[in-house]
Amino acid sequence: MALLRVKVWRGAEQGAFQSFEVPRQASQTVLDVITHIQRHLDGSLAYRFACRVGMCGSCAMTVNGRPRWTCRTHVDTVAEDDTLEVAPLGHLPVIRDLVTDMTPFFDKWARARGQFSGARSRHDDFARIAPDDADRRQVDAGIECIGCGVCYAACDLVSWSADYLGPAALNRAWTLVCDARDAANPARLRAVGGDAGCHACHTQMGCSERCPKKISPTAGIAGLKRALARALLKGEL
Amino acid sequence: MSARSETLLWLAQRASAAVLAFCVVVHLATIIVAVQGGLSAAEILARTRGSVLGLVFYTTFVLAAAVHAPIGLRATLGEWLGWRGAARDAVLLLFALALAVLGLRAVAGVFGGAA
Repeated sequence: MALLRVKVWRGAEQGAFQSFEVPRQASQTVLDVITHIQRHLDGSLAYRFACRVGMCGSCAMTVNGRPRWTCRTHVDTVAEDDTLEVAPLGHLPVIRDLVTDMTPFFDKWARARGQFSGARSRHDDFARIAPDDADRRQVDAGIECIGCGVCYAACDLVSWSADYLGPAALNRAWTLVCDARDAANPARLRAVGGDAGCHACHTQMGCSERCPKKISPTAGIAGLKRALARALLKGEL
Repeated sequence: MSARSETLLWLAQRASAAVLAFCVVVHLATIIVAVQGGLSAAEILARTRGSVLGLVFYTTFVLAAAVHAPIGLRATLGEWLGWRGAARDAVLLLFALALAVLGLRAVAGVFGGAA
């Protein structure tokens, strides 16, 4: 049986790669490989997953140097000479082995005012927004984010500026800026426009390149810059 | 820095970049065309002194550069050296003023005075 040589990060911030040999299977995903190691080779391996079908955003890791969602990443597409190197997601504190602490990532969503803030009550009628409405289309383009953190790990700005809100939080803010039902603007624009906000983005597009859901946070960040400029010119900031 | 200030800087950098894109192209084209066959400093000054068009163009060029360069340097200093805050911005304001003063002095030297 063909074997895959897998190096897996063990430890926390300090640690080392441990080597395993895992049988190759047809249509095998990287998450399948990690699960095989934990269930058959070393039960102490810590990793995180839930849905296994690309919906929950739990299983992102660094695979052969690049952040990826492991449940939808086939070994065939990433293994080089039948070897894999799997490490925890970058730019986040490592709790143990392949498990990162996502707290800083989601705290930044809160700082970017990523919560929907509606002005209607249950007694009001539904907001009627046409499917082809321009703002609605912007929301559609960014709303499928699963919060996996791949974009955050792929962004150089995050490594250079620890306070930088990051692509996912800014993308979330952009979907709310474009949401006609939301009532938190321009306060949200002020939240995403400071030193650590959208203006720090250099449009290198690492986030858009790596996003497993094919979202372009870069486009959303550019939209936030334009929205901030308009708000400034209208005297709303 | 506040969202308002940050947005102002962003607009200033975008606007100055647009001006620089035009000025740099004109500047390079002028140099390449003008030096065909060689030019001495005296010949250059004979052509430039008293040129109102040249004075206005290069004054615009210098001011755009004085706005654009410090804003870009601000991000570089923050990201590469971790230098942020009021002290950095004060130093960069001085840098902007130095660029403007030295540049305008050069413009006055080349384009000022009678032909």
